[in-house]
Amino acid sequence: MKHTISVLVENHAGVLARVAGLFARRGFNIDSLAVGVTDDENVSRITIVADGSDYTLEQIEKQLNKLIDVIKVKTLAPENMVSRELVLIKISCTAKQRPEVLSICELFRGKISDISANSVTIEMSDNTQNINNFEELLRPYGIKEIVRTGTIAIQKGEQAVTVKN
Amino acid sequence: MSSERMTVARAMTECLKAEGITELFGYPGAAICPFYDELYKTDIRHILVRHEVNAGHAASGCARITGKPAVCVATSGPGALNLITAIATAYMDSVPMVIITGQVNSEQIGRDVFQEADITGSAEPFVKHSYLLKRPEDTADVFKKAFYIAGTGRRGPVLIDVPFDVQQAKIDFEYPETVDIRSYRPSTRGNGFQIKRAITAMKEAEKPLICAGGGLFTGNGVELMRTLAEKTDIPVVSTMMGLGAMPSDSPLYYGMLGMHGRKAANAAVNSCDTLFLLGARVGDRAIAAMEHRRDLTVVHIDIDPAEIGKNIEANIPIVGDITLVLEQLLEQVNAFEQPLSHKGWREKLDGFRSDSEPEPVEQGYVNPKWFIRTLDKYLPEKSVIVADVGQNQIWTAANISLKQGRFLTSGGMGTMGYSLPAAIGAKCADKDAEVIAVCGDGSFQMQFMELATAVQHGINVKVIVMRNRYLGMVREVQERTYGNRLVGVSLDGSPDFCKVAEAYGIGNMLADSEESAVKGIKRLISSDKPFLLEVAVPELEKTIL
Repeated sequence: MKHTISVLVENHAGVLARVAGLFARRGFNIDSLAVGVTDDENVSRITIVADGSDYTLEQIEKQLNKLIDVIKVKTLAPENMVSRELVLIKISCTAKQRPEVLSICELFRGKISDISANSVTIEMSDNTQNINNFEELLRPYGIKEIVRTGTIAIQKGEQAVTVKN
Repeated sequence: MSSERMTVARAMTECLKAEGITELFGYPGAAICPFYDELYKTDIRHILVRHEVNAGHAASGCARITGKPAVCVATSGPGALNLITAIATAYMDSVPMVIITGQVNSEQIGRDVFQEADITGSAEPFVKHSYLLKRPEDTADVFKKAFYIAGTGRRGPVLIDVPFDVQQAKIDFEYPETVDIRSYRPSTRGNGFQIKRAITAMKEAEKPLICAGGGLFTGNGVELMRTLAEKTDIPVVSTMMGLGAMPSDSPLYYGMLGMHGRKAANAAVNSCDTLFLLGARVGDRAIAAMEHRRDLTVVHIDIDPAEIGKNIEANIPIVGDITLVLEQLLEQVNAFEQPLSHKGWREKLDGFRSDSEPEPVEQGYVNPKWFIRTLDKYLPEKSVIVADVGQNQIWTAANISLKQGRFLTSGGMGTMGYSLPAAIGAKCADKDAEVIAVCGDGSFQMQFMELATAVQHGINVKVIVMRNRYLGMVREVQERTYGNRLVGVSLDGSPDFCKVAEAYGIGNMLADSEESAVKGIKRLISSDKPFLLEVAVPELEKTIL
């Protein structure tokens, strides 16, 4: 089962290595990882999507909490979060095919970010499932390259995962 | 306190002084020379080991006796890397330790210069925390935090790597009095609700059992645990790390559990209905007896939440400092209207106590079990026995009684070569205690260079070498599991160990009969200098019967 874990850490050099190393040596699989600074420049947020049983998840949370630089660990409930990835897809596309591709982009709220005689680069952000669907629809044109970020996620409603609460 | 202008190297010694460090174990090299030059100007005693790993083990032995972080030092590159096994050994057994390593110049880091190694990276899996001290002005803060982290919560090693140029930099130094780390708040008192549940379980239990772990020593909970056991009439078994927590002559004590444990202890674990795990992580060598017991109620008390539910399912988890949690439990126990009694349960367990006399062995040898029991009779009350790893460890753990003393061993990591350097550290920590390292002829050859350390610094440790000319523990595995195809376990070519001691100017004797063993034990204990007793153990003697 996939778990989305939001981890607040001290914004020091080497913290990401400690977190990634912990996952590797304890045999926890990381599906995706995204790191960015928060509104407090001393604090970074690492969003990790990991695969594993409930026992594994409990161990991940406890072991992460043991790292001195980890301030907070919170596993987000799937039904109670908004999650996003950003994808850049470069496909083969002739001038003739452009209208079709544009209509697919419109459906998925994708944006053309670069265009050349025989290719189009599309930028799109959504949850993992929708990005996968989008990718499948573009596949027939010939995918030249795909660049995807890790998932970032935020809780729905008023609650927030911050240093203070 | 006002700040003072000084080099980081000097500040490092000031930090150590502020932390009450009077002795440290180390091995110098170019990259740590600025620090050593400042050490020269202090009263801190530097104990030169003969291999860096042993600086780590010595600090570990020292810390396990004092309960406070001990310090070891090495230079960059190979010096630091040689410490890793000792760091990992300390980490597995939750020993508080601060490790200081020299590093190449900051600007050269990452360029593979002479004696450069990424020690913070290499040691990462085995440290509680580590620092690469890049900004000279962070020195005081980093040292304060390192000692605080190492010595609180679940204890463990903390590494500080200091580049050469940083050691020489000038700073305004002032050692902070307090420390606050927002992301590190070791839990203290146990959750009140869980304490209540534990008390209910204790009252309802018909066959309760206390399993005493090593955490009782690090958390200073030994006396409280004894009181709890006595007040509630609950029998006690111990893990290897918890040996000595309960006096062996107590009628409530049933010995060490696990793969190599006592029959009575394992019978207790197998038939109890409520198990109180105190500061024990129930490692895989101890746990076998407890698996698949669905009818068992486990009350797990540990400072580290990650240990609870990791190796054994806990029905009642209590995270907290063992001293505080035991106090909370005792408060409730003291208010019991009727004292608990488990006479029937204890009598049933008494039936499993087997104290058969070790059998005599062929001429020219000494039965190792008989030897340890005999040694035990002559030991002063306050003794520290440091067992190495292998058959010698099992024979010692299973046959030593430890009236009031301590038993140290590399429990989690099983690091050979631990006993002599750890004994040196333990002796530094408690100069009045009789400190004896027990090792085999395999492990002795991994560490005997440290005899020089003992001689040079006048550290009066005693060494017992159980010589059977084999890596006996591995040989047993090959006998049992691999059709007696013995490979790589013969120690042919080993030196005469008494002559080795002789070469270091150390008193020595060979015990090859019960008579000479008794004589040797008496000489060993009465010697006011290091002494080596070689014990001729039958070559094919086993630990498992």
